[in-house]
Amino acid sequence: MISKRIIPCLDVKDGRVVKGVNFSGLNDVNSPVALGQYYSDNGADELVFYDITASSENRALFTDILREVARTIFIPLTVGGGINALSDFERVLSCGADKVSVNSGAIKNPNLIYEAAKRYGSQCVVLSADVKRVNGKFTVFSKGGRENTGMDAIEWIVRGVENGAGEIVLNSIDTDGVKGGFDIPMLSSVCERVNVPVIASGGAGNIQHFVELFEALPKVDAGLAASIFHFGEVKISDLKHELKKKNIPVRI
Amino acid sequence: MVAIVDYGVGNLFSLQSSFAAIGETAVITGDKETLLSADRVILPGVGAFEDAAKKLKESGLDEVVRQIANKGTPLMGICLGMQMLFEKSYEFGEWQGLGLIPGEIRPIAEVIPKEYKIPHIGWNALRFQGEKHPLFKYLTEGEHVYFVHSFYGVNCKESVIADTEYGAYLTAAVAKGNVMGCQFHPEKSGKAGLSILKAFTEMGGVNR
Repeated sequence: MISKRIIPCLDVKDGRVVKGVNFSGLNDVNSPVALGQYYSDNGADELVFYDITASSENRALFTDILREVARTIFIPLTVGGGINALSDFERVLSCGADKVSVNSGAIKNPNLIYEAAKRYGSQCVVLSADVKRVNGKFTVFSKGGRENTGMDAIEWIVRGVENGAGEIVLNSIDTDGVKGGFDIPMLSSVCERVNVPVIASGGAGNIQHFVELFEALPKVDAGLAASIFHFGEVKISDLKHELKKKNIPVRI
Repeated sequence: MVAIVDYGVGNLFSLQSSFAAIGETAVITGDKETLLSADRVILPGVGAFEDAAKKLKESGLDEVVRQIANKGTPLMGICLGMQMLFEKSYEFGEWQGLGLIPGEIRPIAEVIPKEYKIPHIGWNALRFQGEKHPLFKYLTEGEHVYFVHSFYGVNCKESVIADTEYGAYLTAAVAKGNVMGCQFHPEKSGKAGLSILKAFTEMGGVNR
């Protein structure tokens, strides 16, 4: 039986991990390389690196670091942030990324998903969508959740899968940062419509939230979180043992 | 020394790094002499069967891989590289493989329940078949490895050394003498995967 994936997400800016990281026992807590290795060795099933660098010069720095991360971890690595063209896919894949996550870039250029899937295969193309309820309707936001695109989220995601996206990361803006649990109703609406893996993001505050997620929605494949892992509030090994106790398949 | 066959398919950086992590030198090469003199050889592969098989043939390395297999050097195919060791593939057509492992490659859609997602992507547990193969000497049955595939090997019964359950049992690894193959990615399978690569580097050749 395939196991549920637990995925820490690291935001990297100008070559350093941002958003406070608080680990004891790590010499350089803001080093993407040190953190990547820590997670790889401590039960993470996959890593997501999100490049929030603004300038293109510093983007080259991210690329160097990505190569170093890819050299030292032996679990799948997904890279997102600043992916606007096929050349961006090429850039991060050549550094050792296994999958590439597109968000605003696909909104600007919807052909990007199709072109990338054709060239690199669907398994390589992850559609990440930031979604918020607007007048009761699930709506896609771009630019890190700042801009309302007015697009219906479910239609956007279904179209993305038709165009070749092999996996969906659904970030609920409504639950993000609240630590009150994942957005089960939003995830459920997406799971009903697509038959590719769906990764839940936004809202995890404790171990129980992951249990609730996988019990309520067996179709969800993975749970993604950032700060609760970085701050050590939830240890991946504890989380996995609890999931196992609840008969949710995990890799231990 | 391990040689990784470079025929212009996929990114081999992770694979090379995995060998470095277990203290083994791995070279990425399309050079016939280097490949033939290597102690052990890896045939990698990602993407579509037709395209990869064509590239392997055009580079002339299909014959080199056959020679490597025939002279008894340990040879391991990974993912699509494993599939190419088979006799035939039915991935969007009908294609000839290298014929080093009996059986053929068919869509997993033919055997898994309709509600299961395709590709089979993620971590899944290994079930050993037959006597525990030397590749798994550091591994316990039930350990998870990382899969990404939509096609799998069938009719290779006596060569199957491990399978995995995804609504149906799918071939996960095969071996026939010195020729081996993993459907999953050992280079992406954490410690379990590295232990398989380690076992591979400790394998001796066979005389044919």
